[in-house]
Amino acid sequence: MSALLEVRDLQVRFDTPDGDVEAVRGIDFDLSPGESLAVVGESGSGKTQAFLAIMGLLAENGSANGQARFHGEDLMAMSSRDLNRHRGHDIAMIFQDPMSALNPYLSIEKQMIDGPMHHLGLGRAEARAHAVEMLRAVRIPDPDERIGHYPHQFSGGMRQRITIAMGLLCEPEILIADEPTTALDVTVQARIARLVGDVARRSHMATVLITHDLGAVAGVCDRILVMYAGQVVETGTVREIFDSPRHPYTRGLLDSIPRLDRIDDTLHAIPGNPPNLSDLPGGCVFRERCDRAFDACAEPPPLFDLGEGRASRCHLEDPS
Amino acid sequence: MSDTVLKVQDLSVWYAVQQGGLFHRRNVDLKAVDGVSFELARGETLGVVGESGCGKSSLARALLGLVPARRGRVLWLGEDLLKLDDKTMRRKRKELQIIFQDPLASLNPRMTVGDIIAEPLWTFYPEIARVQVMERVRGMMKLVGLLPNQVNRYPHEFSGGQCQRIGIARALVLNPKLIVCDEPVSALDVSIQAQIINLLRDLQRKLRLSLVFIAHDLSIVRHICDRVMVMYLGRAMEVAEAGALYRKPLHPYTSALIRSAPVPDPAVARSRPDTGLTDDMPSPLAPPKGCVFHTRCPYAVNRCHRDVPALRRMPHGDWVACHRAEELDLAIVKPAPVKL
Amino acid sequence: MAKAEHTADAFEAALTLGDVKGRSPWEDAWHRLLKNRAAVTAAIVMAVMIVAVVVGPWLSPWDMDYTDWDHTASPPSWANGHWFGTDAVGRDILVRTLQGGRISLLVGLVATLVSLVIGVTYGAVAGFYGGAADRLMMRAVDIIYALPFMFFVILLMVVFGRHIILIFVAVGAVNWLDMARIVRGQTLSLKRMEFVEAARACGVQGPDIIRRHIIPNLLGVVMVYVTLTIPQVILVESFLSFLGLGVQEPMSSWGGLVADGAQDMETAPWTLVFPAFFLVVTLYCFNFIGDGLRDALDPKDRL
Repeated sequence: MSALLEVRDLQVRFDTPDGDVEAVRGIDFDLSPGESLAVVGESGSGKTQAFLAIMGLLAENGSANGQARFHGEDLMAMSSRDLNRHRGHDIAMIFQDPMSALNPYLSIEKQMIDGPMHHLGLGRAEARAHAVEMLRAVRIPDPDERIGHYPHQFSGGMRQRITIAMGLLCEPEILIADEPTTALDVTVQARIARLVGDVARRSHMATVLITHDLGAVAGVCDRILVMYAGQVVETGTVREIFDSPRHPYTRGLLDSIPRLDRIDDTLHAIPGNPPNLSDLPGGCVFRERCDRAFDACAEPPPLFDLGEGRASRCHLEDPS
Repeated sequence: MSDTVLKVQDLSVWYAVQQGGLFHRRNVDLKAVDGVSFELARGETLGVVGESGCGKSSLARALLGLVPARRGRVLWLGEDLLKLDDKTMRRKRKELQIIFQDPLASLNPRMTVGDIIAEPLWTFYPEIARVQVMERVRGMMKLVGLLPNQVNRYPHEFSGGQCQRIGIARALVLNPKLIVCDEPVSALDVSIQAQIINLLRDLQRKLRLSLVFIAHDLSIVRHICDRVMVMYLGRAMEVAEAGALYRKPLHPYTSALIRSAPVPDPAVARSRPDTGLTDDMPSPLAPPKGCVFHTRCPYAVNRCHRDVPALRRMPHGDWVACHRAEELDLAIVKPAPVKL
Repeated sequence: MAKAEHTADAFEAALTLGDVKGRSPWEDAWHRLLKNRAAVTAAIVMAVMIVAVVVGPWLSPWDMDYTDWDHTASPPSWANGHWFGTDAVGRDILVRTLQGGRISLLVGLVATLVSLVIGVTYGAVAGFYGGAADRLMMRAVDIIYALPFMFFVILLMVVFGRHIILIFVAVGAVNWLDMARIVRGQTLSLKRMEFVEAARACGVQGPDIIRRHIIPNLLGVVMVYVTLTIPQVILVESFLSFLGLGVQEPMSSWGGLVADGAQDMETAPWTLVFPAFFLVVTLYCFNFIGDGLRDALDPKDRL
């Protein structure tokens, strides 16, 4: 199956007072239609910036290199006008803070009918009916009436569901969700994750879930991309990552999840802090926090291909 | 327990909220905390868990007198903090400290880390020389796992986890006896959460601190708390010893919370049934009559719509506010054998 | 456990290192400001301008009220030494422009300083203590705000006569109201920040909180507002002078000079052009500096 989105050697750098910061240092991945990919990493791992770059939404002091081919067309080489045709239509992105995505002075209806009218060429009444349908899909009660309400009249969980409905409005081929449930209560998190999964399956939409919490993706994603300091350190299917993590960082992430299903008094932590991106250590960037570091780690490890889509950026995988 | 340091009785925090349009303005009481009681022993950790809007942050602030309480008593070593005048209360603050949720927002961006940690010392001991203050500050930084040579740096130069360590150092610098932790790890990456939890637990054991640990996530609380209080819409639903609470919750809400915690195991997560908590929490401005949880409770009967259940003591010593606590069996079935 | 030991060793090793110097938010802002070409250019132009108006009149061979009967209404000329020309009564435009600049800039700086001190204190106190004190203080501001400004100035002039101090008073008295409102609004939002709550939880008292936590975090906004207030005040003074309510002859300000020049615009345009040019350049410079400061202090594109 050919990939829907092919990303090759994506790099993002920012010009800051501390000098150049390399937020993303060459990542590659493919996304197939209908696939659900989780991108997991700590803050500062570049997981969000990589996707903002693909969407052409980087901050002013940021610049991106590399390729992101969507149906063979390179999004990175596109003019912002061409990119706008795709944004929100073929590729939608939803963010952690629902309030930042919703205009507090417009009713939900006004915010929801523009997209379908513009991208799908629907009339006003049709667009509204479509929006109501989407709100119903994300389980907003009385969508026909509540569509006239303003963002502040909804609870946090409902607002996030509304932004998801807005993301789904134009039936995108890819939905990118950046920590969509982190700010929400656990009771709501699971339901929203399930909801996105249902919609994705129904419309054969590819989803990218960006998160710092490996535990949250176990039930919803097919494949996982673990990022650290702007690089991919491990990829694999959800099963593989959870059952047999290869990279010490992935194992650390798994061990640090607080669990209710195991009787285990100590909570394992990854020691240390994420590295300073403007002053990266030489060699393997994870070496200082790694419990299995050895001599070879003075050299930066390549991403070792382990076959069948698995890969790990660790000298432990070195076959020689 | 004889070693009780903090005794909270019938504490209520109400906020006056204006509702309605231009012409039909009326004041409504938002009952953020409504009649909560608990005790805390020296060296003990009490977890307070609930969804956002359940009043747990208001409870934390009311304990320290940061928001006014409407009713009730907060007995700290036998003395009611709510009755103290400002000056006496200020002296008491040496013993009672707080750690906040957002590590960066709780640090003044224009002050150096050293000054931030030293501020409580300046306030209470203005006579101590600067050299000695800084000596103590460096000691605190080392204690919480920060490099003392970073003393002249500013908060924005630290990562989230390090900022939270700074907040912990500030809370510890006066040798308090009680620390209220208001969701201290919710804003941190999972990998860093574990560090902070372990740090707090080690410090608590070393310094024999009493902690009130607030969280929205039961799985975090399990690793640090001796007892847990579950709150819903301003009321305590259940107060129980932590182990028992996770094995066999007494309240349907506790059971729903436990079952909605994410399971980091693909096979289990996919086969798990829905939690049963279908609707959003009702507005705290118009809480349901009777038991506040009845609108979302799968076990609600007629009586729950009518009568408010009191928080009552069960035979084995835990507390629950549910009419049907005796008849329900909410034991959590462990999904998989323990693998370590 | 290998992991713990490994990092504990690293930690112990790092304990022996010397103190690291921090980089304060002010330093960051300063570096960003230095990268802003428009703001830096404007600052240099302003510095030159200030030196010129302070030193210039002393170096000039003419006094501002000296009448050169040989060259009345002379156009700018290198030969007769009146580089900017003279007005209808033979006074040198260059020295009058520089002298007028002294008055204009002085009014701008002093009146702004007055409004700064009153406004910041008033606004911070009202915002921080809130409640009845806040309501009372802000209603007082509303009432003063409602007084017509021109009426107020004319009243002052009539009662006390024309004096330069009165201009400071009149302009300062109006400008601090805006400052107080801005500062109060900022204080209200700062007051709810967790670090202020943390300070309260540590037992820090009101005045210390205002001094250590509120005011340093207000300064950014205040500095931007100040640099934008200075040109506004200069403009108000020019306006008053243009209407003949400003400083008294033979003293003059840019506004007064522009007013004089406007009368002879057709016969001696240089009497209008030079003071107007200085005035406009100054206003531009302050606005560029203000914009630069705002971008430097409130970066939206931080990583």
